[in-house]
Amino acid sequence: MNPANYLFVSALLFTIGALGVLTRRNSIVIFMCVELMLNAANLAFVTFARIQGNLDGQVIAFFTMVVAACEVVVGLAIIVSIYRSRRSASVDDVNLLKF
Amino acid sequence: MNTLALSAGLTGAPEAVLFWILAPLIVLAAIGMILVKKAVHSALLLAYIMISLAIFYIAQDAPFLGVVQIVVYTGAVMMLFLFILMLVGVDSADSLVETIRGQRVVALLAGLSLGALLIGALGRSLLGAGIAGGAVGLDQANSGGNVQGLATLLFSRYVWAFEVVSALLITAALGAMVLGHRERPVPRRTQRQLSEDRFREGSELPGAPLPSPGVFSRHNAVDIPALLPDGSPAPTSVSRVIKARGDVLPTAPFELNKESQGEQK
Repeated sequence: MNPANYLFVSALLFTIGALGVLTRRNSIVIFMCVELMLNAANLAFVTFARIQGNLDGQVIAFFTMVVAACEVVVGLAIIVSIYRSRRSASVDDVNLLKF
Repeated sequence: MNTLALSAGLTGAPEAVLFWILAPLIVLAAIGMILVKKAVHSALLLAYIMISLAIFYIAQDAPFLGVVQIVVYTGAVMMLFLFILMLVGVDSADSLVETIRGQRVVALLAGLSLGALLIGALGRSLLGAGIAGGAVGLDQANSGGNVQGLATLLFSRYVWAFEVVSALLITAALGAMVLGHRERPVPRRTQRQLSEDRFREGSELPGAPLPSPGVFSRHNAVDIPALLPDGSPAPTSVSRVIKARGDVLPTAPFELNKESQGEQK
């Protein structure tokens, strides 16, 4: 088996995550789909590291994890503060700027 | 063939078995994640995907990342997600009304074409690569240990990025604190102020505790108002929670009836 098969899994996961972001309405589920896309990118990085034979890809995957952790913290705080003022976690209800 | 399979970069048979079992399950779980209705089920499926990815990392000579994946993602991040889900309301189901007409169809088309593009580009770039795909493998890079190798890179070539990431983490923590902080519109009333208010507003018994609910042994007593000396029920004696629930029993059977009152007088 070619290690590049992992890349195909990664591409599939990324696609599914993107589909979820585009179709779901609950902001938390959308956020989880973004996490799925980040994870797919991580899998690609780890596979690239293996194909290239150096550890740089793994270091970048590590940085991605840290940035994802930051993103989750800030994003969930935003979701909670929106929920406090609008009593809803749906992205459709956030329409104050709608023309 | 066997020696070829054992050569660096090419996955061995055990890994192939692992891959072909886990990969379809991961993809199925991901599809399920965007199809299930309840957000909690999505979260559980995502946790499953993350653990499986950790197994993939470990199989791909990245044990440190595998462990970090389990600790950070399935441990911390999914915990946070579930916590917020419980806070926001578990049963907040998705609305099925389309606010933008035809959005779902367009999204499906765009997503599928993105997938086709990615897979196509990958397949094309791997077309003439042969069975090993020109993969080098990490045997040499990991010769001094995976964690040691990562640490050497992290603290030499990527040390600047590492510092910037630490600044990012602190900023994110501060941002979450600012976003989560709520200003009180009015300052909290102290116990002294509450007590003064009760004296000023002129309740039935200023300064004393509210009358306790009637104690009649036939009932759970808190749902029956106490009777005042003149035989009428004391409305303040029943907790307002019970009142709001509508669980207050009528006091008529317990009241001193007018005739007997008259006789006593």
